[in-house]
Amino acid sequence: MELINQHTKEIMEGCKVRAREAGLSFTDETLEYIVTNRDLIELSPKVMIPTLYDYWVHDVEVLRGKGEYELYPHNPYETVINTRPAISFYNDNNPDWLNVMIFYHVLGHIDFFQNNHCFRHTWEYDFTGEALSDKRVIAKLRAEKGRWVDYILEFARSIDNLVGYHEELSPLLAPSAAECSARLNYYFDVFLQAVKKVAIGDYLKEVAHFNELVQAHGSERGEQLFFADVIAKYPELDAHFARNAGVQHRERHDLLRFLIENSEFLAREENQWMRSVLEVVRKTSIFFQPQIRTKIMNEGWASYWHEKLFLEDDRIKGHEVDFARVHAGVTSLPRVGMNPYALGMRLMQFLKEAGDAGRVGYDFHRLTDAEARKNYKTDAGLGDQLIYKVRSELSDFLFIKYFVDQEFTDRHNLFVTGKRLDPQRMVWQYYVKSRKAEDYRDMVLASLYHPPYIEIAPERGENGTLYLVHHFEGKQLVQEYIANTLVGIEFLWGNEVQLETSEAVVDAPRGAGREGAEEPQITWQRVLYTMKNKTLNRKTL
Amino acid sequence: MDAMKDPEKYLEELKAKGLDPERAERFARELVLPGHREISTGDRGGPFPLFSRGLYTWHDLAVLQAQERVANPFTMQMKALDELLERDRQREKDGFPRKIKVGRLVKPGKGGKGKIVVVPSTEEEKLVHDPTIRPPGEGGSTGGAGKGEEGEVIGEQKVRETGEDSGQGPGQGEGEAHELDTSAYELGRVLTEQFQLPNLREKGKKRSFTRYVYDLTDRNRGSGQVLDKKATLRKLVETNIALGNLPDVGDIDPSRFLISPRDKVYRIFSMEKDYEPQAMVFFLRDYSGSMAGKVTELVCTQHVMIYSWLLYQYAGQVESRFILHDTEAKEVPDFNTYYNSRVAGGTEVASAYKLVNEIVAKENLAADYNIYVFHGTDGDDWDTGGDKSIPELVKMLSYVSRMGVTIAEHSGTQWTEVARYLEGSGLLRDKADLLRMDVMTEDAEEARVIDGIRKLIS
Repeated sequence: MELINQHTKEIMEGCKVRAREAGLSFTDETLEYIVTNRDLIELSPKVMIPTLYDYWVHDVEVLRGKGEYELYPHNPYETVINTRPAISFYNDNNPDWLNVMIFYHVLGHIDFFQNNHCFRHTWEYDFTGEALSDKRVIAKLRAEKGRWVDYILEFARSIDNLVGYHEELSPLLAPSAAECSARLNYYFDVFLQAVKKVAIGDYLKEVAHFNELVQAHGSERGEQLFFADVIAKYPELDAHFARNAGVQHRERHDLLRFLIENSEFLAREENQWMRSVLEVVRKTSIFFQPQIRTKIMNEGWASYWHEKLFLEDDRIKGHEVDFARVHAGVTSLPRVGMNPYALGMRLMQFLKEAGDAGRVGYDFHRLTDAEARKNYKTDAGLGDQLIYKVRSELSDFLFIKYFVDQEFTDRHNLFVTGKRLDPQRMVWQYYVKSRKAEDYRDMVLASLYHPPYIEIAPERGENGTLYLVHHFEGKQLVQEYIANTLVGIEFLWGNEVQLETSEAVVDAPRGAGREGAEEPQITWQRVLYTMKNKTLNRKTL
Repeated sequence: MDAMKDPEKYLEELKAKGLDPERAERFARELVLPGHREISTGDRGGPFPLFSRGLYTWHDLAVLQAQERVANPFTMQMKALDELLERDRQREKDGFPRKIKVGRLVKPGKGGKGKIVVVPSTEEEKLVHDPTIRPPGEGGSTGGAGKGEEGEVIGEQKVRETGEDSGQGPGQGEGEAHELDTSAYELGRVLTEQFQLPNLREKGKKRSFTRYVYDLTDRNRGSGQVLDKKATLRKLVETNIALGNLPDVGDIDPSRFLISPRDKVYRIFSMEKDYEPQAMVFFLRDYSGSMAGKVTELVCTQHVMIYSWLLYQYAGQVESRFILHDTEAKEVPDFNTYYNSRVAGGTEVASAYKLVNEIVAKENLAADYNIYVFHGTDGDDWDTGGDKSIPELVKMLSYVSRMGVTIAEHSGTQWTEVARYLEGSGLLRDKADLLRMDVMTEDAEEARVIDGIRKLIS
């Protein structure tokens, strides 16, 4: 890996100036490296982070059968990584115009990394630096503990998709002004909703009442007066509040953190080093979480800008055709299939246009007449404002949910492709399943990354058993993986582990596949896996 | 045998002869590609290769810089293989299940082309959603763009002919059969040494056609490398008797010999055909409708391993033939076809045995080769009681060095037809040195597969 030459670097610095003028914002320093195939062999298992810790699995061909991207949510072949300074990678034989195009794309990504709120937790530090120190920690431990470090790494990695990314993010994004007293929080968040179960109207009345008092008397006095009224109505409030304070509010979602904090096995003097390994794995996983949750937006944003900035760049006149060819390869909508670059870029362009024409406000949305909607145009010029806001505040899920509408799908002729078996002719048929925006949106949303929601239920574990509940969301877990994953959790927990989950039962009526046969049905059943002394038992609940 | 051409008709005939209803129904089900078991979803290829390509498989290096995924080069891995396996053995001692798998075939290389190699591989297991569970006959959905009314079919892909499984396991494509060899030999060594598979006890040597040794076996008069003293002396005596230079044979005085240069006999280097063992392996596989999914994968994995082991044992002198059968048997040219083919047909084991016997007789293989036959099946056979199979099998046992039958049972079935008649024939007992059977369940682990090989070949 070597730095890019000064000639190219100079061109890239020119790109930065132009991108800034266009409104993108990013830190000044960046590093660009030339990578060879050999470098990629080493870099790709390490998710392009050159300083990531060593692990033997990185040297072996890893089978990526079922649900590859569920297992490895981070993209192993990113061209730019979210570090300070940001590091990007280039082939050594790229012509200048191509490097310009790629670099505009890279700047789009860097701007996204540094401004999108899903990445908020990565803004204050350089990941390569931390990774390097973690790598040294692991190397040192390996020198002392030998292969056991790798076992712990393996077990920790086997649950690193269950980290509480959103829990990590939300305190960073919560507005500090909204801090309220614990008692007030309890009253509005728990007492009214969970204990008293008041109607929404009454709830809102309470809020309005509180606001009135605070406005009239200031926040401290206002709250006192408010609670005086409340106690008159609910004399039992304080007793409830006191009782609730005893219940420790625990971060339940994050299995790795739960193990670090609560496992008696890991708390033993001789095992404390394992916690450091778990911390490293957890931190690494949390760092990568936002990447996969913003794939469509991030690629869309970068493609939007590389197109716009490249065509405006006066230095590379004469390469429009070359550019068009590569650009089309990146962003053309496939006849069948989903290309995040194409989809994201078109949505961004669509929003820019809508914003410029003022099709964003209340006035527009209350229109029901299709013709009127189509011709609606003001000179609001809010396009840039809108897309920058979208780039800062949303993730893929909301991006798709909010903005894929019938107008958008119609404009680009988008549809849902289905695939079904024609049992008479024994062919798979690909067909236009639906042209409804709703269906298209649901299809995209269903294909987004979503790790299973597995919660720890401490109250259900008996005799030190760790009881895990998988909340069913329409998909079962990969069954082959359950045994070995639970072996690891059992080891880290130091005791029996149970996992409650749902599994599909396919009822195949006799003569399936033949004409006139009943359609096979899928029904779901709850099952409980128990891992004790490395033996797995399965029980239907 | 015309009936075989039409399995439906054949089934009717069987029914007429009296077939218990439970089996009749099972056979009938085999004729349609079963809906409840995985049929090839044709995830690769087809008219729209992007259909099953997810959102997250797109990445910058590929789309912007045409830099596809770089596979870990095979040579690098083999060097570290011993270390990896040592680590794996240590894992077992430490009480954790093994993680390294060998015998999987992956296909590195750009643009879908490349060779088949055997590499160590592993899996990182996590609790993740399984995207493949959906009602049978449903192939999933993805995005699309362009023309077409709702409901309009925009492309089709045949289920039967493509018949290629995607996902893990052997890669498909135009790999050449020979490419398997280089890495397979290495795999054979690994299996033998690391997994303690036994060495062959008696290979039985046959004359080789390809190997020679050089030895001082030929003689030449007048010149050469080493003087053959005894032969030279004999020649001298003969010459001197003829010359009358040796009056009394009872009292020879060597100092009076007349020596002609032609009498000197030398030994010279010469090329000799060597005697060494070589083997011909027949791999037989049932590829009928019932063999879908795991069973096929299991059988093929085992067959690759057996092939590798033999390759190592015979120092590379192994030829392999691949035979597929349903109610009819056919020979296929390479492992790819062998692994990837699938039909919806019935099952008649005898057809495959018969074909092997025919090939061996026609090419007179028994004289020159140690012949091995390995047969993989799910245990179903329409030929009740093995009436046709057993005679063919007996014939086969007269020349093979070892015949191994692997039965991968579908979960829920037990004591399959093939297992029953093999056991019933008594051959397993009487000819234990020639015929072996291994029965496992379809969800057997790799360790079990290797164990099975031990059973088949020890």
